[in-house]
Amino acid sequence: MPVGASEQEGQLRPAPESFLSEKLISEISHSGVDNGRRDLLRGAFAAALAGASGLTFADDPNIVEVPEWSRSLGKSVATNPYGQPSPFEANIIRRQSPGLTQTDQASVAFTPLQNLFGCITPSGLHFERHHQGWVDIDPRRHRLMINGLVKEPLVFTVADLLRMPSVSRMYFLECGANTALEWGNSAVPTVQYTHGMLSGSEWTGVPLSLLLERAGYDRNASYLLAEGADGSGMTRTINLAGALEDAIVAYGQNGEMLRPEQGYPLRLVVPGVQGVSWVKWLRRLEVGNKAYATKDEASHYVDLMPSGQLRQYTAIQEAKSVITAPSAGQKLLNQGYYCITGLAWSGRGSVRKVEVSVDGGRNWQEARLEGQGSSKMLTRFNFDWVWRGEAALLQSRVHDDTGYIQPQRAALVAERGTRSIYHNNAIQTWRVSPSGEVDNVQLG
Amino acid sequence: MFSWARLWLVCLTFLGCNAYAKDYLSALNELGRTATAAEISAWDIDVRPDFLGLPSGSGSVAQGEVLWLDQCANCHGDFGDSNEVFSPIVLGNITEADIRTGRVAALTDPSAVRTTFMKVATLSTIWDYINRAMPWNAPKSLAVDEVYSLVAYLLNLAYIVDDDFVLSDENMEDVQALMPNRNGMTKDHGLWSVKGVPDVVGSACTINCSVDTTITSFLPDYAMNAHGNLRDQMRDYGPLPGVQTAPTPQLSVSQPAQSDSLNQIPADLLAVSGCVACHQMNKALVGPGFTAIRARYAGADASTYLAKKIKQGGQGVWGSVPMPGMTQLDDTVVAALALWLASGQ
Repeated sequence: MPVGASEQEGQLRPAPESFLSEKLISEISHSGVDNGRRDLLRGAFAAALAGASGLTFADDPNIVEVPEWSRSLGKSVATNPYGQPSPFEANIIRRQSPGLTQTDQASVAFTPLQNLFGCITPSGLHFERHHQGWVDIDPRRHRLMINGLVKEPLVFTVADLLRMPSVSRMYFLECGANTALEWGNSAVPTVQYTHGMLSGSEWTGVPLSLLLERAGYDRNASYLLAEGADGSGMTRTINLAGALEDAIVAYGQNGEMLRPEQGYPLRLVVPGVQGVSWVKWLRRLEVGNKAYATKDEASHYVDLMPSGQLRQYTAIQEAKSVITAPSAGQKLLNQGYYCITGLAWSGRGSVRKVEVSVDGGRNWQEARLEGQGSSKMLTRFNFDWVWRGEAALLQSRVHDDTGYIQPQRAALVAERGTRSIYHNNAIQTWRVSPSGEVDNVQLG
Repeated sequence: MFSWARLWLVCLTFLGCNAYAKDYLSALNELGRTATAAEISAWDIDVRPDFLGLPSGSGSVAQGEVLWLDQCANCHGDFGDSNEVFSPIVLGNITEADIRTGRVAALTDPSAVRTTFMKVATLSTIWDYINRAMPWNAPKSLAVDEVYSLVAYLLNLAYIVDDDFVLSDENMEDVQALMPNRNGMTKDHGLWSVKGVPDVVGSACTINCSVDTTITSFLPDYAMNAHGNLRDQMRDYGPLPGVQTAPTPQLSVSQPAQSDSLNQIPADLLAVSGCVACHQMNKALVGPGFTAIRARYAGADASTYLAKKIKQGGQGVWGSVPMPGMTQLDDTVVAALALWLASGQ
């Protein structure tokens, strides 16, 4: 299908020939369009455009002809015992960014934000970021150990945890390196690649505080080491005070057990904190009184400043927003109404307000928020826009409930330079060209 | 947040709940069990910057070199300098001055490749990571002394220790004092705690804000297709289809100027070019039928005009529905389609 064909589907339009008389069509066919005939044509078009009565219409064959799915027996229940998306949605999948990583095990597959709705990311489209591949763990053989500065070091089976009091809460999960490719310049062509290490899910599990209290954790301790059971044995230092507030030892995601790519059967959920700390395939929690400087907080996930210093233990994901549609790589084909839609979130609390600019940040108007903006969760925003074919520069800007406002890229770069890789929460700009094509740009 | 204290508080407010809560808590405490010493030692393998958790043992640079060439060099290169599979571990850019000051000066140089030893401040990190995660395809297969020897070899490659050095739990602290970037980390930022102070806050201005809207960066045309055809990465119906970034497949068009072939319907060409999404043969759909177009331009030398209309699109000739320009189509394909459309009898 050609770009541009789709927007008229299902629309009832005057049949092109039907508002011209047979005589006029015949005359034009034979002798071309002279001034007289041109006037007749103009009149006919004007009448058609005005919706004059008495016109015939090109009937939609999808209505007047019975489609095959209306005249056949459908498939049985449980044809797909685990349901699958419609085959017509095959474009909407996780994708890798070519050349980003040299191995497929320590790599990223990005979430197709441009075509998702609401705030929940389907578990099968949740972005993947692994450090040494993902594994299938037998839950019967998996254990969670709690040790370190505790009165009683403990071991739990997954069955033990499934039996304990649980909570289900919605939190966003964003990789600290989300939008990392955009520090220096516009580098990737769609929002899937600029912002697709982001998800929103309902997580179910046992509050971390319950487990640590059971173990009798040292009240003077301030750190927690979380460790995975995968080959990388992923380890991260967690802020214990923060984790006691809202962290969860999760086994559930969006109503089912975690997907293997998301840490089945256990992962630590650390709301508001970058994804690498949400240790997957969680096997051990150690309470400590010093930070651990693990590989992914000493060699990677350290933010290089222009001074040459590396910011270590950067954890919180500051407030950020992005327009997911229209977004780069898409094309507006028709002039008229569009709903500019996107996501906003804050690792420090809830989204208070989102504003949208269509002129590159000169003027801002408030967007509508869906829902009440729960803390440390994605909030969907919508903004009504009528496009008349003009060039436009689309931006969104979030305010969170601490008073923090998402910065323009230039302000962020002025402070942090362009080599810090992590925690790029700058305002994103999408350029709309008069052709309707949208692309990823950066402003001065 | 769930807490035992809160549960007690809630329960104590209800008559008779005390006994219930006591029962409840003791039953809950039956879940999970005490970890044994052997279990803890099997899993508690982390080594902290102050070397808490470091097992005793030792290994030489020479032993490390043998192991390295056998198990590590494939990915990291003989000298840890390869960037084929992973970022380089060592690749120069560390000076004697850096080892003295504990700050790697080259980190301020945007053109310098950043290696592991330029960044890592803590020797424990290197030891811990090799021990828990290497080799890449066989993690946790190295003996303690092997880990020491590999760390010794890497320290030697980074010119931190001499060729005859033997690293052990006894001298790790001495070597830590030589780590080139040991003073290069800072915790002076607002991102550790949820209550931290942000370093950059955006403007609240909403009207006539002073911003520079000059476009300083965008993807050049040649890079637009680097991630594959964007048209195939978006929902392909609805208001926002993906932009065609891949070149249109080249079709072999056989000499369409010959009059015989012109009367044949180029069905493949029409389908592949996407025309049939809006145009049918004999009746109007979104746009006019091909027969009607052929009839209108019969006898006129309209192929150039029609080629232009296909390429640029138009509106008003056949009705108010605009036809978008088929800019993605190859010129040969457009010419063939135009010739056929103009060849009506």
